[in-house]
Amino acid sequence: MAPFLDPLLIVALALNFVALGVSRIRGVINAVALQGILLGILALFVHSEIGIRGILLVGGTICLKGFVIPRFLVHALREANIQHEVTPVVNYMNSILLGAVGTGLAMVFSSTLPLADTHKGLLLVPASLATVWTGFLMLTTRKKAIMQVLGYLLLENGIFLFGLLLLEAMPLLVEVGVLLDLFTGVFVMGIIIHHISREFASISTEHLTELKE
Amino acid sequence: MDVPANHGSSPGADASSASRASLQTVLGVGCTLVMCGVALVPTVRILCAGTSESVRLTWDLFHGAFCIGIDPLSAFFLLPILGLSALAAIYGGNYLLAYRDKKSLGSTWFFFNLFVAGMISVVIARTAFLFLVAWEVMSLSAYFLVTFEHEKAEVRRAGWIYLVATHLGVAFIFAAFVLLGRRAGSLEFDVIQDMPATDSVTAGVVFVLATIGFGAKAGFVPFHVWLPEAHPAAPSHVSALMSGVMIKMGIYGLVRIVTFMGPPAPWWGLTLGALGLLTALVGISLALHQRDMKRVLAYSSIENMGLIGLALGIGLWGWANRLPTVAVLGMTAALLHVWNHGLMKCLMFFAAGSVLHGTGTADMEKQGGLMKRMPWTASALIVGAVAIASLPPLNGFVSKWLIYSSLLRCNSSSTGASGLAPLLTIGLLALIGGLAAIAFVRLTGVVLLGSPRSKAAELAHESSAWMLGPMAILAGLCVTAALIPRVVTGQMRHVLDQVLGTEASRSLLRLETSDTPLQIVGVINAWTIVAFVAATFLLIARSRKPTRKDAPTWGCGYVKPTVRMQYTGRSFAETISEHLLPRFLRPRIGGQLPRGLFPAESRFTAECPDPVSDRVYEPFFGRWAERFARLRVLQQGKIHVYLVYIAVVVVLALAWVSIRGLWGTA
Repeated sequence: MAPFLDPLLIVALALNFVALGVSRIRGVINAVALQGILLGILALFVHSEIGIRGILLVGGTICLKGFVIPRFLVHALREANIQHEVTPVVNYMNSILLGAVGTGLAMVFSSTLPLADTHKGLLLVPASLATVWTGFLMLTTRKKAIMQVLGYLLLENGIFLFGLLLLEAMPLLVEVGVLLDLFTGVFVMGIIIHHISREFASISTEHLTELKE
Repeated sequence: MDVPANHGSSPGADASSASRASLQTVLGVGCTLVMCGVALVPTVRILCAGTSESVRLTWDLFHGAFCIGIDPLSAFFLLPILGLSALAAIYGGNYLLAYRDKKSLGSTWFFFNLFVAGMISVVIARTAFLFLVAWEVMSLSAYFLVTFEHEKAEVRRAGWIYLVATHLGVAFIFAAFVLLGRRAGSLEFDVIQDMPATDSVTAGVVFVLATIGFGAKAGFVPFHVWLPEAHPAAPSHVSALMSGVMIKMGIYGLVRIVTFMGPPAPWWGLTLGALGLLTALVGISLALHQRDMKRVLAYSSIENMGLIGLALGIGLWGWANRLPTVAVLGMTAALLHVWNHGLMKCLMFFAAGSVLHGTGTADMEKQGGLMKRMPWTASALIVGAVAIASLPPLNGFVSKWLIYSSLLRCNSSSTGASGLAPLLTIGLLALIGGLAAIAFVRLTGVVLLGSPRSKAAELAHESSAWMLGPMAILAGLCVTAALIPRVVTGQMRHVLDQVLGTEASRSLLRLETSDTPLQIVGVINAWTIVAFVAATFLLIARSRKPTRKDAPTWGCGYVKPTVRMQYTGRSFAETISEHLLPRFLRPRIGGQLPRGLFPAESRFTAECPDPVSDRVYEPFFGRWAERFARLRVLQQGKIHVYLVYIAVVVVLALAWVSIRGLWGTA
């Protein structure tokens, strides 16, 4: 399994930086979708034996992360008349720098974790932590609600990567957790986008301050 | 709480919404009836046979296993849950139809069924995890039932207080189960039960935690503050179930936890007894000066829970000191009062709900003269009042009598000065009984007798048979339980065996056969009832004679008597509530009394907030709320800022783990 795993993970990490550095929302959506498909394929390589349940999980993941959700987002982009620029709070260069620092820290941190021996040398854990970090960055430094959805998706990708470690131990929990979280995230954000654009004639979350007590 | 007084003739209601409301009602009531009917079969079988049955499924999500079962203790508490829920559903079906134009009944029936199912699950749960989940389901669905009329600010406030109180309570229960589970290494009740006796410190801590946690549900003072708020706010059939059944779940939990820990220490019994006595005294004192009928009943529930706590305390004390007679008497009294109080409090809340339904208000000072206008409801209210004041012909007397005799046994089996305490308690118990009698004479007198104090009371109408039927059944059960006390206590022998050990039921048997005149109590009750019924018929026969004529009540020679000159609830209890009670329990009197020969305009106000919440909780929480208000700076109203908080915390936590890991390897 190992020979393909690390290259694929490095591509996934690179996609993190693409998502942080691209200035058009379509580009970010594509990067996140591609990462989702990669993760689905990754699941095939992590464990040597994969049953029918594993196949279903992979299929579901690729379908959902790679096609359904991106299509939904592109649709939302068109429907809500969202401008195509990302409008970051922190500019692209600094975002990438922050992402790089986070990735480095993730490497350091995961080397201190007491992992099982089979997982020790892999990039799986650092990649997962770095993706979570990127998700957080996107959630905190981008103004538009649709970017928040994308940040949330990146966060979920990171968690999914971590969940791959547990796939053999408790497949049901991983599946249910991942799919339910995704569903809720997209659902909630969909509602939020809809409401923000309706109530405030703009989908920038900055205007939510008016709701403050 | 106001109810549209006349639900029958609402012209605006179109046919489709009316048929939807009746469909929802039929479905809701039907579900509860089917649920209770099905569950009643094993409950009765196990209560009679004394065996226990359980089901165990391995299920990862439930931290070990999914395990439910019925043993005699569960069956004992299941019986009132099932019976009273079924009656409350029938009653509530008709009661809620008054709201059909304003509210969707579907959601309230959903939560009602969830509430009943939650209570059933609480008593059949056999793992601590499932128990806590069921406990939360029960508590939360009750919250949605309490806030049925959520458009009113005071109902929302009541719901909020209930929610906070119940969650503070569950925190203590959680801690108690965690302690027990850690010791046993499993959360399953069977494993916890089979553990060898605990060290006394852990057992003591668990007992204190359980007393606070379950006491908050049972309404022990000073954790009772949610009760007088939530009961008046809820629809009457829900108040009946909450007061008649839900608060007993606190007693169930306490008994269940005590059985886990083997023989108790003597101080447990003393603590619980003292807490119960305090609860009963405070509860009944505060019931004396409430205006809202349902608030009177709520405080009376607190009093009765106090009596159950006292009896349980005596039982534990007797068990700890190896006095089987005292233990059995105390425990039987507590268990019997659980049943009795369930019956009579449901009856009282049904009757109060019927008054509320007929007149549109629960304010006592707006009622009056309902004996003539709502004769059946009035009879039910009187029967309930006699039972709940623990006066002779009815079932309240039987359990009170058992508490008295357990205290006398305590006295005869202790030596020296310690024998004085039970005697003193008997005195206080008599005081509680007297105050309860006054409180309920006041309630029934002001509501049922005299002339109507408002237009609403004058136009009051009797409720339908669907509401009167359950009341009649409950009144009948109260009378039956009073006539055959030995048969009723006989049903408890398996429960006593389970809780106190095998010798308990033999001891109970001895009590029944030898000197204890439990049967005599039944006979006394029977003769009193016969005398009462005969006297009533005589009076009716005499009043039929033509000598009677209708005339206004003699107005003490005043020229222009008005209905406002009648005794009010306030004036009836004045001597006691303003002179006898200790200062902190008295109502706050204000206004301007008339002075001089030609008095000018004058006013009189009295308010009676709950002293504990008024003097303790509100200042306490108010101060903390002020302090926490400073944290408002953190609330920026921006999602990004909140996410930054999360990110910072996560990074710090990871860094801490990482540094600790490096430290360990270095």
